[in-house]
Amino acid sequence: MSSVQTQSVQTGRITRKFIYLFLLLMALFYLLPFFIMVVNSVKPLSEITGGNMMALPEVFTIEPWLAAWSTAQVGVEPTGLRPYFWNSIKMVVPAVAISTVLGAINGYILTKWRFKYDTILFGLMLFSCFIPFQIVLIPMARILGILGLSGSTYGLILVHVVYGIGFSTLYFRNYYAAFPTELVRAAQIDGAGFFQIFYRILMPSSGPITVVCVIWQFTNIWNDFLFGASFASGSGAPMTVALNNLVQSSTGVKEYNVHFAGAILAALPTLLVYIVAGRYFVRGLMAGSVKG
Amino acid sequence: MGFLDIKNATKSYGNVEVLHNVDIAVEEGEFLVLVGPSGCGKSTLLNMIAGLEDITSGEIAINDRVMNGVHPSNRNIAMVFQSYALYPNMTVAKNITFGLEMHKVPKPERDEALQSVSKLLQIEQLLDRKPGQLSGGQRQRVAMGRALVRNPDVFLFDEPLSNLDAKLRVDMRTEIKKLHEKLKTTIVYVTHDQIEAMTLSTRIAVMYNGYVQQLGTPKEIYDTPENLFVATFMGSPAMNILPASVVVKDGLPHAEITTSEGQSALLPFNQENMSDWAGKDILLGIRPEAITDPDGVDRKSKTVVPISNRVGVTEPAGADTFATMELAGKDCISRMRADADITTGEIFDFVINMDKAVAFDPQSEMRIK
Amino acid sequence: MYHVSKSDFKTRLQTWLPKLVLSPSLAMVLIFVYGFILFTVYLSFTDSRILPSYGWVGWENYNKLWRLSHWEISLKNLGIYASLYIAICTAIGLTLAIFLDQKIRGEGILRPIYLYPMALSFIVTGTAWKWFLDPGIGLEHTMHLWGWESFEFGWIKDRNLAIYTLVLAAVWQSSGFVMAMFLAGLRGIDSEIMKAAQIDGASNWNLYRRIVIPLLRPAFLSAFVILAHLAIKSYDLVIALTGGGPGRATELPATFMYSYTFTRNQMGIGASSAVIMLMTIAAIMVPYLYAELREKK
Repeated sequence: MSSVQTQSVQTGRITRKFIYLFLLLMALFYLLPFFIMVVNSVKPLSEITGGNMMALPEVFTIEPWLAAWSTAQVGVEPTGLRPYFWNSIKMVVPAVAISTVLGAINGYILTKWRFKYDTILFGLMLFSCFIPFQIVLIPMARILGILGLSGSTYGLILVHVVYGIGFSTLYFRNYYAAFPTELVRAAQIDGAGFFQIFYRILMPSSGPITVVCVIWQFTNIWNDFLFGASFASGSGAPMTVALNNLVQSSTGVKEYNVHFAGAILAALPTLLVYIVAGRYFVRGLMAGSVKG
Repeated sequence: MGFLDIKNATKSYGNVEVLHNVDIAVEEGEFLVLVGPSGCGKSTLLNMIAGLEDITSGEIAINDRVMNGVHPSNRNIAMVFQSYALYPNMTVAKNITFGLEMHKVPKPERDEALQSVSKLLQIEQLLDRKPGQLSGGQRQRVAMGRALVRNPDVFLFDEPLSNLDAKLRVDMRTEIKKLHEKLKTTIVYVTHDQIEAMTLSTRIAVMYNGYVQQLGTPKEIYDTPENLFVATFMGSPAMNILPASVVVKDGLPHAEITTSEGQSALLPFNQENMSDWAGKDILLGIRPEAITDPDGVDRKSKTVVPISNRVGVTEPAGADTFATMELAGKDCISRMRADADITTGEIFDFVINMDKAVAFDPQSEMRIK
Repeated sequence: MYHVSKSDFKTRLQTWLPKLVLSPSLAMVLIFVYGFILFTVYLSFTDSRILPSYGWVGWENYNKLWRLSHWEISLKNLGIYASLYIAICTAIGLTLAIFLDQKIRGEGILRPIYLYPMALSFIVTGTAWKWFLDPGIGLEHTMHLWGWESFEFGWIKDRNLAIYTLVLAAVWQSSGFVMAMFLAGLRGIDSEIMKAAQIDGASNWNLYRRIVIPLLRPAFLSAFVILAHLAIKSYDLVIALTGGGPGRATELPATFMYSYTFTRNQMGIGASSAVIMLMTIAAIMVPYLYAELREKK
């Protein structure tokens, strides 16, 4: 048992076998739904309704993917998910960029230019991430109507920036709190001003937290459904809303394989980010919940 | 009127006053050390000089210019921080010239200044490295280079050696002293280390509880401490403070104390006005090095008193041997030559050099002058 | 402070510039969050129906709300869903974390597998599970094909059991996250404490029960707070998985609010239900955030 000797907790051979078995079964539990989606998204419909969902496809086809992307009936139009995918992109990119930049500046001010009651202000910003968004739906719908942004991507950008600031500020504030204040003082003596200190001293060291923040905001905004469904149903809808429309549409035969392909398409951007930068994703999750 | 003039400066946070009416005039070329335990207000005072904290009341002037409300970068000062505060993303060269760049000094002049400073500090080979690639001592040098290149009126040092290991600290201490002697700039230096204060300064301000307890040359501070705090804070091991009463014998004032054997010993003062205290209790302050073995006595001292006492613990420290004993009911440390013939638990003939003794009023804790 | 008048331009700039730069964000939050909350609270006391209207009706909406069986059902459902969701996620998360902390080979592969559902949209999760749980083509059908003819798994079609399918899918999505929180907590425990306990002769069971788990208290608290607020806000998953059905078997306050406000044109009642949701979350989050921010000072 040489591998066991180095660890802090000693476990017996049988216990270890049990642990491995449990861990593997759980891995199966997490993987199974996604595996089934992938497998069944490349089967013809007949194989799904008549066959076994666990079975690998007898006839491999990418038809469902093409249909989900460009021809499937979403709502009333047979457009596929493509236009909605681009809606989401057009919404996510500016919303993430703006909320991250604002969060960085806010975090900088709240840690390095402290003033009276700054913690209370931050508390107000932070609490805004946790409110049930139902409480703002009615007035938001009114305001977007008044601003002429109902149903538009711009409206959703505004909404996501507003409700994303709390978290992005939280990330940068916790990160900059650990950034040595002496550096800021040294830069002040050197003659750097408010923006120069941010731009020349803090920004170059903010790479990791920016990645964390961008990933968090990207995942959250991409995956949002409530705001999308409330303020942009129709042709301006984001991907999640379109997917739901595709899956829930009651007309005609339920094309499960197309639904799966669509679901994977909707999940793909965030999954890719997770695979590429999972480490930062986890850090973001942690920073949003446990002490920084 | 000094070159750096601190007049009646006070600092409060809300209703709490943390620095009370500080008055210090620093001459051009002086090396002033602010020393005291943590929380005494020395760093706050330094930050006020730098402009990193505002002045609640009073005035700070540099070179005849009142600096209240002036931005740190417009005070013509430079500061070396405890953590060095080197910009982690910039090379050493960029770190040093960043301040010049911010002050819109043209590139050729910046390069020239960088050249001369890096030569002075012997860091020419480090200029392209990032701070993360430097050792502690090298970072220290770069931090000094960043301060030097500005050619400021006043240098401010905030515990610059406290992050270095013991050996390097001694080396850098010497180097800072050499640099000061060479450049003759005005320096204000904060430390909690009294040895640094003694070795580096031309004058020391000992601070405690937001007050300047004493301002004077290292010798004044060491030999004639203004009060009990200064007496015990400066010097290592600390000055022995022994309760004694004053008696007049043969027309001269003496301090009467009890030895470890319960006998009373009379120690003559070298200060005639101590007769005024006849019959009263005082606190007698004697530095460890003023209690020695008979062969260790300073030849020049005038008032030397032998005293027999039982030896407590002996601590050979290489160059010297420290011996504790009980005197006036207190533990008392004495400093012997290394080869003094001294044995734990035996009676030994100590010698006290009363030239160096000082007396304090037990009530006010001030030195009796 | 009297000397401010003497300050040079750069110093004065530095006192108001940070506040100026912060103010747009602050204004946005104050208007779009706190202003909107006040507006919704106000609406909950009005006779708003399809559109906001400003006739004051006092507590009428709240009285109506508490008499609605629809609301009662959604609260009861939330009670079942939230408590099971929190309890099961915590149990699975803690077990996985403790097991993974035993110097497991392949931890680097297992950990991301447990966590990936967190990157998915609830709509995707709902779509996958909806089909997986469908007796006609999903798990039940597959078991039948594999020869287990008597296997029955029709929870999603059963009024009494459908709420548990919601728990199942939500646990699938979030338990990996809880695992990560506990794992971070475990890795933060001083290994010397573990060694000391082992030298004191503690068995593995006692080591975890008496030493480690009590030390994870902050992680338990964080997990509880995060999961509780996610549970109360759950909306997407219900829409994608069950649509609130069968019947009202899986209605939650979040879906209740949406349907009363936007499809049943009872905006006053919808607003009052949103206010109650906010109060519930505030009761959990405000003390937590207060404690967190105070500690950091």
